[in-house]
Amino acid sequence: MLRERVLPVATVVFAILAIWCVFVVVMNRQFVEDQARRAGQEITFGEIVSQAYTLERPVLPSPHQVAAELWSTTVKKKITSKRSLVYHAWITLSSTLLGFAIGSGFGIILAIAIVHNRTMERSMMPWIIASQTIPIIAIAPMLIVVLNAIGITGLLPKALISTYLSFFPVAVGMVSGLRSPDQLQLDLMRTYNANDRQILWKLRLPSAMPYLFTSLKIAIAISLVGAIIAELPTGAVAGLGARLLSGSYYGQTVQIWSALFMAAILASVLVAIVGLAQTAVLKRMGARP
Amino acid sequence: MNDGFVWFAIAFWLGGWAFNEWLVRQKFSNPALNRLAWFAVPVIFGAAIIIIWEGVVIAFNIPPILLPAPSDVWVRLINSLPILWADFRQTFLKAVLIGYAIGCGSGFLVAILIDRSPFLKNGLLPFGNFVSALPIVGIAPIMVMWFGFDWPSKAAVVVVATFFPMLVNTIQGLSASSSMERDLMRTYAATWSQTLIKLRLPAAWPFIFNALKINSTLALIGAIVAEFFGTPTVGMGFRISTEVGRANIDMVWAEIAVAALAGSAFYGVVALIQRVVTFWHPSVRSGRS
Repeated sequence: MLRERVLPVATVVFAILAIWCVFVVVMNRQFVEDQARRAGQEITFGEIVSQAYTLERPVLPSPHQVAAELWSTTVKKKITSKRSLVYHAWITLSSTLLGFAIGSGFGIILAIAIVHNRTMERSMMPWIIASQTIPIIAIAPMLIVVLNAIGITGLLPKALISTYLSFFPVAVGMVSGLRSPDQLQLDLMRTYNANDRQILWKLRLPSAMPYLFTSLKIAIAISLVGAIIAELPTGAVAGLGARLLSGSYYGQTVQIWSALFMAAILASVLVAIVGLAQTAVLKRMGARP
Repeated sequence: MNDGFVWFAIAFWLGGWAFNEWLVRQKFSNPALNRLAWFAVPVIFGAAIIIIWEGVVIAFNIPPILLPAPSDVWVRLINSLPILWADFRQTFLKAVLIGYAIGCGSGFLVAILIDRSPFLKNGLLPFGNFVSALPIVGIAPIMVMWFGFDWPSKAAVVVVATFFPMLVNTIQGLSASSSMERDLMRTYAATWSQTLIKLRLPAAWPFIFNALKINSTLALIGAIVAEFFGTPTVGMGFRISTEVGRANIDMVWAEIAVAALAGSAFYGVVALIQRVVTFWHPSVRSGRS
């Protein structure tokens, strides 16, 4: 366990941090030198290094700057404050979760309909798959403007982007999950004279669970992407996407990086929660660990 | 008077549905006819949606700012082909294709390089999986800051977004050949490169093409989102966000249609190449059932 997993991963993470630290000097060097030249000073390499790590608006912020910004905007600020990253993360998280709930619910229902109706399968499946090859976020800005115009504002328009993105993996995963019982098992159900609903509840749904959770993991990660993207083109003032956008406008590199890390942390926590639910449900169903 | 349109739309939809119901139950003796029926079902479904859309817009006098009729979008599309072509060239031909080639190519090469070291593999695989789940499009503002407003910054986002799925899938694919087959190669005294080219790469193709397909969508999304953070005055993402601001929703839909067409065609080309390269694979052989 230690030698096979922890050590290699730790090494890779350490190597990335080391490369990052080197690149802080490489990328910020030009800026520091220009500053010194403008001030008419000679500057030694040691000074370049030390200044590269403490620039106000660096090209590449150093790891400790990002960590300090994360710390000061999460722990030190009140969570109701507009400058708190927890507040912005919550805005994004709420639309992520709402969109994820609607999207996965809709995906499951659609999958059940598709499995039971050949016409729906043949007429809709090609479109569902095709809809995945188009860049859905192209619709995001317009969807929000349209919904604003008919009086729907706030959380729901943003959540709908997440819905659209998360619905596909769930629908497709659920269709193959509901089809996963083999012919033998279906025949057995038929010998019991089970009707469609009984087959669905007692055979198809339980055997679809592993597929469902795998899809849910993808869906919740992509829901977060959708929520962030939905905040970009609409001039949202709160949320992680809005932090990215305002950081980009005002050249606040450290703010961009800390929002990015917050998004990454959020994504991994969400995926981990779905993973825990998966373990719990599968264990309850008697799967061997 | 306008009610006629909506009744026509509903009638068309019901008729199409009934026809589809009949069509899926048919077993034509002529295989060509069977094939035609297979294609006709989703086409009729799609046509019904467009006709309902058109009917609803006309019947309820929905202002074009909310939802333009498909016919208006079509007119707009035909009339602004030069603009659309310029956007397509900027976003797709430059940012997407170049970024896709670099991202997938480097992911593939790195996977082959680290494949020889179990330590690196153990370290990079969880890391790659982790990064693939993160909202990568968030790095767009950083890339715009580093590489400027033109297409290289968009291509850079695409490179980062496509690199990790390719890396993870290629590593997985390279270990797909069984140890028995590898032992056989060893008894032939095959060198490492011979084993790679004749056994392990062919076994990895399905995984690699899976990544190429996922990436074809990711690349387009990444490029369009990156344009929300600043572009020269051309590009699909730029056009979408500005035309939404100017309330030219029909232009936005025209741009979406182009994006959808480009995305589907890109995906289709990759799928077609996969068919040719992995003709032996069960999923391709039984695909024409």
